[in-house]
Amino acid sequence: MQPPPVRDTVVETRGLTKRYRGGRPAVADLDLSVPRGSVFGFLGPNGSGKTTTIRMLLGLIEPSGGGVRMLGEPMPDAARRVLPRVGALIEGPALYGFLSGRDNLARFDAADPTADPRTRAARVGRALERVGLTAAAGKRARTYSLGMKQRLGLAAALLQPRDLLVLDEPTNGLDPQGMREIRALVRELADDGTTVFLSSHLLDEVEQVCTHAAVMARGRLLTQGPVAELAAGAHGRLVVTTPDSADAVRVLKEWGVTDLTVDGDRVTGEVPTVDPPDPADLNAALVRSGVRVRAFGTERVSLEDAFVALTGEGFDVAG
Amino acid sequence: MSRADLPRAGASHVEPARGEPAGGEPAGGRDVPARRPGPLWSLGLFRSELVLTFRRWRTLALLAVLAGIPLLVGIAVRIETGGDGTADGGGGEGPAFIGQITNNGLFLVFTALAATLPFFLPMTVGVVAGDAIAGEAGAGTLRYLLVAPAGRTRLLLAKFTAVVVFCLAATLTVAVSALVVGVLLFPVGEVTLLSGTTVSFAEGLVRALAIAVAVAVSLVGLAALGLFVSTLTNSGVAAMATTVGLLIAVQILGAIPQLDAVHPYLFPHHWMSFADLLRDPVYWEDLLDNLGLQGLYAAVFGTAAWARFTNRDITV
Ligand SMILES: Nc1ncnc2c1ncn2[C@@H]1O[C@H](COP(=O)(O)OP(=O)(O)O)[C@@H](O)[C@H]1O
Ligand SMILES: [Mg+2]
Repeated sequence: MQPPPVRDTVVETRGLTKRYRGGRPAVADLDLSVPRGSVFGFLGPNGSGKTTTIRMLLGLIEPSGGGVRMLGEPMPDAARRVLPRVGALIEGPALYGFLSGRDNLARFDAADPTADPRTRAARVGRALERVGLTAAAGKRARTYSLGMKQRLGLAAALLQPRDLLVLDEPTNGLDPQGMREIRALVRELADDGTTVFLSSHLLDEVEQVCTHAAVMARGRLLTQGPVAELAAGAHGRLVVTTPDSADAVRVLKEWGVTDLTVDGDRVTGEVPTVDPPDPADLNAALVRSGVRVRAFGTERVSLEDAFVALTGEGFDVAG
Repeated sequence: MSRADLPRAGASHVEPARGEPAGGEPAGGRDVPARRPGPLWSLGLFRSELVLTFRRWRTLALLAVLAGIPLLVGIAVRIETGGDGTADGGGGEGPAFIGQITNNGLFLVFTALAATLPFFLPMTVGVVAGDAIAGEAGAGTLRYLLVAPAGRTRLLLAKFTAVVVFCLAATLTVAVSALVVGVLLFPVGEVTLLSGTTVSFAEGLVRALAIAVAVAVSLVGLAALGLFVSTLTNSGVAAMATTVGLLIAVQILGAIPQLDAVHPYLFPHHWMSFADLLRDPVYWEDLLDNLGLQGLYAAVFGTAAWARFTNRDITV
């Protein structure tokens, strides 16, 4: 059996929909496309359908409509071929509290029929080392802190070389130190070329870690694409700091800048999206007209601004 | 540490060397070669399941209780008879083995099995079977087993196998404990069978083993029923309680004479048939009826469990 052909798209959904017990759809008509090699942020407030989507990707729940392809093959039909190449962390770790960390990993490894039992101990040892749990490997998992449990869950996802890692809110509930550790680990994995699908309700997390993102709200996809482009979609405002604000407003208006506001020595405005002027020309025009410019630039646009622009509401509003 | 340091298993798992990506691979991606299952590797889950079952303190506690029952019965008989003399026919449970114990400690094995089969033994099976899937669901480990991917059918088979092995282990625990207590507290020797024939102690031991196996087989129907219940809920405790509740309900139905039309279809109906192994020649009819009935329950509830589990949304 040849491995399925290498594709540029690692996860692809078409019209994916899930309705629990007939109610309002938890996920509606979702078309996702996760490029190979990306760190794909799946962003949305709590209850927006992230976990539901991930469960459908992994074949844990059946879609009410639409379909999923992972690694080029249809899910869940090809689960036996696809899932050994996918590592997953779904809604937090789940462990056998009475088993040691090492025995927990051996248990999950034994559940994979493509895992050679002769090399199990070595695999488990490497995975423990990778997440920094070697010293605690012999302790019962019940005694682990949440951060350690999360890392043990990650170790289970890393037992084998994977094409895709699906991580559902891997930093949820962790203290800042735990968050940093997990994010560093995710970056490391991504640097090694593994595609990472990372769900999160934290904008800054996605901004820090991800190359691509999809934004969900109330079960619907608002947008997806490279993080840089998403932020650019809600383009930043022009900011000029000058003591000659009245003159600056006049000049900028001539250049087509709209929505100009003055706040002390700070003048801000919207640069036109169609045929935008070169900021260098704008600055030169200001100086030519005798405006003394202290600072000139564009406000950095965060994903949060992009989200607000998309939904017209703050990010913390749950669906 | 680099990705290349990650564990690689077996010759069939060798990753392509770095810098030699699989054909047509776009930049930024890397292909992990598909691993193929070894022919016997999928048995690993069965082994893991057995180890897990017998490492749970709950399992060990149940077995300890079962081991204690023959000890209590043995001591009670010993005290009752003052250590000698013959008590006769005091046993309310099934055939009157209890009166024979003071003559032959081997009869403690038959007595203990007859005493635990109506409730204690099946209760432990109900606990283990009920917890099988529901317990993993409640703990959340079920989702990780399924994405490993254990495969739903394979996982269910592994669970059923572990529960059946537990049936045997539980029965043998009672039998072995009873044998040890019987040998320590009472004389042993030739065995007088129910049909009056006398056989050697060695043959008595063989028949005791056969009886233990027959009792274990008697529990298979309940094991399948418990496994089915276990696929219905995400709470291990609820599944255990339901299974044990069903056991009690069925035992009560079996005791109501007006319902004798349904009695042949109740899984405990032929449970006491194991005593027929103490006849010479062995009276097979009831034993085989029991086997058939347990097989029927296993088929019906095994299929129901499979249908339910393979179609179910795993939302925990
Ligand atoms: N098992 C379930 N049964 C019914 N509704 C559910 C279930 N799981 C999730 N939901 C609902 O589906 C929606 C999406 O939930 P979820 O996918 O968990 O969101 P997220 O992971 O983004 O927080 C929510 O409104 C939630 O209440
Ligand atoms: Mg979630």
